[in-house]
Parts: sequence; C-alpha cells; structure tokens
Amino acid sequence: MTAIWEGFLKALELIVTLDPEVLEITGRTLVISIASTIIAGLICLPLGSLIHFNNFHGKRTLINLIQTFYSVPTVAVGLIVFLIFSRSGPLGFMELLFTPQVMVVGQIILISPIMLGLVIAALSGVDKAAHETAVAIGASQFQAITMVIREARFAIYSALIMGFGRAISEVGLALMVGGNIRGYTRVMTTAISLETSKGDIVLSIALGIILISLALIINFSLSRLQQRWR
Amino acid sequence: MALLETVNLEQKYDGHQVLKDINLNVNRGEVFALIGPTGAGKTTLLRLLDLLELPASGKIRFEGVHVPRSGKHRLEIRRRMSFVQQKPLVFTMSVYDNVACGLRWRREGGESVRKKVDNALHLVNLAEYSNRNAKTLSGGETQRVAIARALVTEPEVLFLDEPTANLDPVSTSKVEEVLAHVIKERKATIVMATHDMSQGQRLADRIGVLIGGEMLQIGSPNEIFCTPKNTEVAELVGVENILKGVISEKDDNLVTIQVNGSTIQAVSDFETGEAIYAFIRPEDITFTHKKDLTSARNMFSGKVTRMHQVGPLVRIEVDCGFNLLGVITKTSAEELNFDIGRKIYASFKATAIHVIRRWV
Repeated sequence: MTAIWEGFLKALELIVTLDPEVLEITGRTLVISIASTIIAGLICLPLGSLIHFNNFHGKRTLINLIQTFYSVPTVAVGLIVFLIFSRSGPLGFMELLFTPQVMVVGQIILISPIMLGLVIAALSGVDKAAHETAVAIGASQFQAITMVIREARFAIYSALIMGFGRAISEVGLALMVGGNIRGYTRVMTTAISLETSKGDIVLSIALGIILISLALIINFSLSRLQQRWR
Repeated sequence: MALLETVNLEQKYDGHQVLKDINLNVNRGEVFALIGPTGAGKTTLLRLLDLLELPASGKIRFEGVHVPRSGKHRLEIRRRMSFVQQKPLVFTMSVYDNVACGLRWRREGGESVRKKVDNALHLVNLAEYSNRNAKTLSGGETQRVAIARALVTEPEVLFLDEPTANLDPVSTSKVEEVLAHVIKERKATIVMATHDMSQGQRLADRIGVLIGGEMLQIGSPNEIFCTPKNTEVAELVGVENILKGVISEKDDNLVTIQVNGSTIQAVSDFETGEAIYAFIRPEDITFTHKKDLTSARNMFSGKVTRMHQVGPLVRIEVDCGFNLLGVITKTSAEELNFDIGRKIYASFKATAIHVIRRWV
C-alpha cells in the first residue's frame, strides 16, 4: 500500500514539475486524438447530414449497420489497418506503419461509426418543423439544413466528445499500428500499459491522473455549454 | 392584376383529395381570411401558396407570372413572402437572432439587420426580450416572435395560419392588436386561416369559406355572414336557424314562405312554388312576452324549450311549430322573466331572412 501511495506522490511531483517525458507523451496523445476527432468530424458531419436529409432505399439498414460498428474492438481495427499498411499490404508503399499518421488513420476508422451514428441521431432529434420553419421564412435548402445542424449542435458536440473519448482512451490500435516507440509514437495509454508491466508505476499513475483529469475537464465544459442554453 | 392567383389548384395526399379546384385571387393590400372547420384544407392551401409544397395539379401565379415548380426563381418568389405557422417554432438562439435569420439568409448587411430587427421587436412589444433565449418564452410571446420574424423581411404577402388558435384571450388580443397595426400602417397583403369567425370578420376585407377541400364561397365578411350560399356555409358562419320551406306567394320582392304549416315573409327574388331554405341568424330574432311590440313582419308565439347561458348571453330555443333559436343578454332574460315552458313571442324582420334555393 505504501508503494502505491509513494507512487502517487511521485506522480504528482512529475506533473507539478512538468516532467519533460510526461509533457511530451501528453502532448502527442492530444495531438493525435484531436486530429483524429477533427478529421472524423469533418467526414461524419456532412455524411451524417447526407444520410439524414435524404430518403433512400435501405436507409434503416445502413443506420443499423453503422450502429453495429459502435463497439467494434480496437484490436480488430488495429489488425485491419496493420494489414493494409504493412509492407506487403495495399498501402505498404506509403511506409506509414509505426508512425503517428497511421495512428490517426486508425483512430478515424475506429471512431467514425459512433460519431456518424450520433450525428444522425442528433439531427433526428431536431423538431421536424425546424427545417420547414426555416424554408418558410426564406431559407434556401442549404441554409435550412445548416439551421437544422445548428439546432442539433449540442448533441453534435456530444458526438465529437464521444469520438474523442474513444480515441484518447483506446490502447490496442495505438500499440499495434503505432508500436509504442519512445519519443515518436508513444501515447498515454501505451505508456501506461508498458510502464505498468515493467513495474514503473510512477509514470503510469502520473499519466493516469492526467487522462482522467482531461476527461473530467472536457465533460464539465460540455455540460456547462449545454446548460447555458437550457 | 391580382398579386397572387391560383388556377384550378388541387392537392392530394396518398391519393386522398385534400383540395379541389381552388381558384383564388388575392389583391395587393388586401386581407383575405380563409375560414373553415379543422381539416378543411386551410393549412394545405397556405402551404401551397407559400410555395412550401407542390400542388398535385393547377397553377399559382405571382404578379401574373407562373411560379415554377423548382429552382432559383421559386426561391426568389418565396423570399417575397412570409409564413407564420400555427404552432410556430423558434430556434435555439436569442430572440434577436431568431428575428434576424430571415434577413441574414437574404444577405442583408449588419447595420440594416440591426435596425430592422429592433423595429420588428418594437412592433410586437418584445424589444426588452432581445437577448433572451427564444425557447424560454411563453406561447403568446413565441407567437409574437414568429410574427416579428415574418414581418422583418417586409414580405409582400404574409401568410398566417391560425395566428391565435393556441393562445389565451389576453395574448390573443395582443396578437390581434399587432396584426391590426400591420394591416393599417403597412398596408400589408395578408392571407390568414382561422376557425374563429369573428376574427375573420374583424380583420378581413374578404373571406373565403373552405369546407372539405372546396372553396364554397368567397365574399365580403358581410356577404358571408348574412347571405351564405348554402347550408354548409350557413352552419359554419353561425346561422343557426335553417328552415325548409316552399314559396307560396310573391308580391314584388316580398315572398311568403310555408314552413311546417306556418307562414314567414321574406325578401327574395325567387318565384312561387320554389323550394327554399330560409336562413335566420340568432342575433336577428327578438323575444318579447307581449304581442305587437315590434314592427317586424314575422311574429310567432311559442314555448321556450331550452335555455342555456353562454358567457354574458342566453341562448333560447322556442317551439313555434318550427324551432327557432335566438340570443338575448342575461339581464334581459332575467327582466323578461323567461323560463322553460313559458309562452313568449319571437319576431324577426323580413329583411333578416336570407333565402336560397333548395334542390329537391
């Protein structure tokens, strides 16, 4: 028990003294996760709108399929991305395996289904009359759709946060396609997993505290934002 | 030239005919009310006119020009109109931004947006609510935001769908005040649907009666309320005495009508032998407890069969061989000591009767 307590205190010391390794890993983790979230958002928002605002055959099935992929195991995505980018894979020539870039690609694939599904759900949650009200006071189709997206903004923020949360917290994919290379592809989750198995709990606890704090800060800010308009 | 014109306009939903052969002209500066029971197709007609949906067949002309079924020209025409829905929806943003969005969509500049929005909010008495989240407003306030939002773009035609249907009396009169002001000051062209007959009468220059998807009559409020074209319109506009009869005599334009063994005198152009309906509004019937107190041509004695109070008025049904329904004030009913079973006299003028042909 004392070992854990001492570990905890040393971890706090690492954070307070802004230990270079802790900072570096945290920074890289944020950059990779935020990049994945933004790119996935840029894909999912228009794609989700396209699916929501159009009626086509098989729409229901498509949405069910997207929902099925919410819980796809991170290692499964990791394996697929690994195979695609491995030397003998179709995109092997790009030589991206074990780089931060391929981690971003993998995370985009991982979080897109949940973001897409939540974007569609967010748009469906807007009163059907909103689109028509906009048209009735002179909006073009595009302006009316933009207004509906605006009305769904809080639910869409939640979708982004859910995607970000899944990206920053997963370990399987980052390990498989990133390789946990120190100073290059090591992120918080892979570092925690490695350091813990090596017996160095101090760094693990420090990174763990930062990870949990980040989650708290983000969720707190989001709910503050939502409350302002409720 | 009419500002807005429909030619044989029809609408169908899932094969079910909702509007039949609507031919309508609305002139610039005119207030046109659509009255009719719920489900008559009023909202559908407004939605077609505001170009929110496409008709099954028929045409809409705006300033004499045929409105295309899609494209930029349709949007341009729609932007010269505004529509306030029955249950208006406000967007999750400030009252100011709600009112401003119509202008921003029309690419208006910042300073002019500010001026126009402030004016519109003043007009509906919501200036101090400018920064409030529109979602937190009451029903009446929401309705006024919707009206400000529609007026701010200075539409050439304003469509109002039951503007006061879901409001309490105080909010209703506030909304009506705003509308009356807009009608007077801005000389706005307005097409409004209402099931409140008196509202139609108060605000409209012309009224169209829509029943079962058909425009049964179009005319001035006076024409509609006093000379309905058929029994359906008569019932809708509150003519509660609809008597079946046959014209037995004619002297100039004064006719004698046989109704269930009694004779009634009315003013009409119909000839002897013609089967007719005689319409008498309840307000046109006078009740007395003695004979010969009026100059009316028609006077019948009968027993009071029913009495019930509606607000400050009492509705009285009298059996004079045929049933007559009239209204008097509560005070008069008390003074005259009317009661069920009591014999009283009902009278009405020959000119108060509107006669139409009855197809047998």
